[in-house]
Amino acid sequence: MMQKEEIVRHTFSVLVNNEAGVLARVIGLFSGRGYNIDSLTVAEVDVHEKLSRITIVTSGTPMIIEQIKAQLGRLVPVHKVRDLTVEGPHVSRELALVKVVGSGEKRVESLRIADIFRARVVDSTNESFVFEIVGATEKLDAFINLMEPLGLADVSRTGVAAIARGPKPL
Amino acid sequence: MAQETLTGAEMVLKALTDQGVEVIFGYPGGAVLPIYDEIFKQNKIRHILVRHEQAAVHAAEGYARSTGKVGVVLVTSGPGATNAVTGLLDAMMDSIPVVCLTGQVPTHLIGNDAFQEADTTGITRPCTKHNYLVKDGNALARTIHEAFYVAQTGRPGPVVIDLPKDILMGKGSYEGPSKVQHKSYRPQIKGDLNRIEEAVEMLSKARKPLLYCGGGVINSGPAASQLLTQFAKMTNFPVTLTLMGLGAFPGSDPQFLGMVGMHGTYEANWAMHDCDVMVCIGARFDDRVTGRLNAFAPNSKKIHIDIDPSSVNKNVQVDCAIIGDVGHVLEDMIKVWKSRQANVDAAALDAWWKQIGEWRARDCLRYQQGDQIIKPQYALQRLNELTKGRETYFSTEVGQHQMWAAQFLTFDKPNRWLTSGGLGTMGYGLPAAMGVQVAHPDALVIDVAGEASIMMNIQEMSTLMQYRLPVKVFILNNRYMGMVRQWQELLHGGRYSESYSESLPDFVKLAEAFGAVGLRADKVSEVDDVIKEMIEVNRPVIVDCAVDQTENCFPMIPSGAAHNEMLLGPADQVAKPISEDGMVLV
Ligand SMILES: Cc1cc2nc3c(=O)[nH]c(=O)nc-3n(C[C@H](O)[C@H](O)[C@H](O)COP(=O)(O)OP(=O)(O)OC[C@H]3O[C@@H](n4cnc5c(N)ncnc54)[C@H](O)[C@@H]3O)c2cc1C
Ligand SMILES: Cc1ncc(C[n+]2csc(CCOP(=O)(O)OP(=O)(O)O)c2C)c(N)n1
Ligand SMILES: [Mg+2]
Repeated sequence: MMQKEEIVRHTFSVLVNNEAGVLARVIGLFSGRGYNIDSLTVAEVDVHEKLSRITIVTSGTPMIIEQIKAQLGRLVPVHKVRDLTVEGPHVSRELALVKVVGSGEKRVESLRIADIFRARVVDSTNESFVFEIVGATEKLDAFINLMEPLGLADVSRTGVAAIARGPKPL
Repeated sequence: MAQETLTGAEMVLKALTDQGVEVIFGYPGGAVLPIYDEIFKQNKIRHILVRHEQAAVHAAEGYARSTGKVGVVLVTSGPGATNAVTGLLDAMMDSIPVVCLTGQVPTHLIGNDAFQEADTTGITRPCTKHNYLVKDGNALARTIHEAFYVAQTGRPGPVVIDLPKDILMGKGSYEGPSKVQHKSYRPQIKGDLNRIEEAVEMLSKARKPLLYCGGGVINSGPAASQLLTQFAKMTNFPVTLTLMGLGAFPGSDPQFLGMVGMHGTYEANWAMHDCDVMVCIGARFDDRVTGRLNAFAPNSKKIHIDIDPSSVNKNVQVDCAIIGDVGHVLEDMIKVWKSRQANVDAAALDAWWKQIGEWRARDCLRYQQGDQIIKPQYALQRLNELTKGRETYFSTEVGQHQMWAAQFLTFDKPNRWLTSGGLGTMGYGLPAAMGVQVAHPDALVIDVAGEASIMMNIQEMSTLMQYRLPVKVFILNNRYMGMVRQWQELLHGGRYSESYSESLPDFVKLAEAFGAVGLRADKVSEVDDVIKEMIEVNRPVIVDCAVDQTENCFPMIPSGAAHNEMLLGPADQVAKPISEDGMVLV
């Protein structure tokens, strides 16, 4: 048996050809090999070259993280794989839409907290708000936790988009 | 520039011809009829009609492994494609270049549960290096050329191209192979010179070096085997090979320690355990080779040469990784070694060889041949002896006979040994031998088989007859799924649950029913004559060689054990109970 190793969390940026089945390949790789997906986002980022960027947040032992990088690189439609966590500072952001239902004191309190977190109200009725909040995963977690006792009814999150700091592109 | 407009099926044939394809192994059906029509109209490419699609893929693997070319398969949609899946995964695990064309229902019916529809790209995604569904006739030719490129470059593997019938019947413009430049796929061929220097530095300080080489050397081509031999000769380092690597270094050379791993030799496994610098060349630290990981070569520095970064640090952490093609890296390594005039501590190397000599003296493959019942090892030794000097290719099925074949046959050249290593597919050997014989019509091609495995693709005898392929099937008939029986003896108190080969056919009559030749050996005295006759007959032959039913394959490193906990023979078994951790392993 292998010695127990610490579990670390890493963020990968993967540039792929935007072709049929490419996401299935990436997801199949993770499920087939038993890797974790903490978050996954994908969208086309270059219309002319037909390139999509996938951001994956994953966790595992350092050996698994290295395997994940190599396995992603092995997929034929993959152009680049960058482990943002090891390759220097990076920014990661997530967006959440959070529906809170309630009245009276709780309603006021939810607005007050939204203000502190710089969440915007994007929809409101007499008995509900939908907040839009952008930030690091931890910030969104904290906000959602605080909303729990105040009538949290629904959450939709985008997953993480990440990019390296500084002038260098991927 | 005027581009040719052709039907999809015409383009398939043209693209295959332009790729230099000479043979297709296939089986027809509704979805691929347009391609079969084109096959009918031409005579450049030969079609071999197999009797089961799984066999088509194994035959293509045999063709590919014995020639270094890409093997080509053509099957219909639905059941044709699903029957091919085992073969595809087999090729994936053993890094064999195969292009498999599958028929598909017309594009407008995809997703409708149409007749003989299967989600072929979905099903084969995890068992191919890459796959394609062609939805545009103008992309068809380019896709085929790309598929050949992907299949044979970098770490080779199987590629599936799924072809909807409307694409085959519709028109498109044809593109030749020269224009292919892949957008994203770029395998690394040359190794990083700094790393190579580092490796040479490590090796020049070694006192107990070992070259551990595998299938990647064969994948790299015959030149890589020559470079490996050259490097081993100039350094006088001992060499061990994996099951997939046999033939990459001459088996009869005194520097060869035999196969490593679960059923490898005593000397190879002890050298692996005790070495201080190991160079893994085109091998992947498979669990059959490493044994218990935390006890694997505990005092060694490790260098790993591999073309696939995902093979590096997967099971075993290495100290120096060189990503690149074996041939290219070895060439550079030899240059650096020479230019630095590197050499090892000769006294230390002498002492190492002396130690290895002592391990060798255990004579771990020894067996006792009586004067009646044939020992499987003896039959193989005679087979080895009586085929010497000929151009001989051996394939195997899976089981004890496979391991004995690996231990007792000698391979001095690459590409002569074909076996299912990674997937361990029973039923591989006969169709693989068929593929070899198609590529090498004048060679002697022998499938070393078990009586259970051979039943898995026995229908291919009919294909051998049709195309006059004089493949020899040499069955070591122990009337057991011997490998299963051996594990049951070792791990499950000798309860032989469902591992007896009941109701076997009379293999001699079976051969005759196919129109082939059947021979039988029951006694030691008959072995030589039967082998000689088998070789002389220029037709397909099945030899039913009755061997000792209770013989077990040794040495053996039980799963979960370390190299130095090897069992050498039946007497060892009782002494060392298998750990619980080991019991769960396969
Ligand atoms: C019943 C049974 C028992 C077995 N027992 C044993 C045993 O005792 N010993 C044993 O060794 N095996 C045994 N095997 C086989 C085992 O399961 C593996 O298939 C085998 O060990 C893998 O061989 P390999 O390491 O050479 O790798 P392969 O599977 O041949 O892989 C080749 C490696 O080389 C790399 N490569 C490919 N092309 C190139 C290139 N051009 N340049 C550089 N690198 C390249 C690939 O990326 C890969 O990492 C057994 C199998 C069965 C079915
Ligand atoms: C398709 C498939 N099914 C099951 C197995 C598991 N298995 C490995 S060896 C073996 C027995 C093989 O028996 P035989 O062909 O008689 O060879 P022997 O071990 O007796 O030499 C079995 C069932 C396998 N490897 N492949
Ligand atoms: Mg048997």
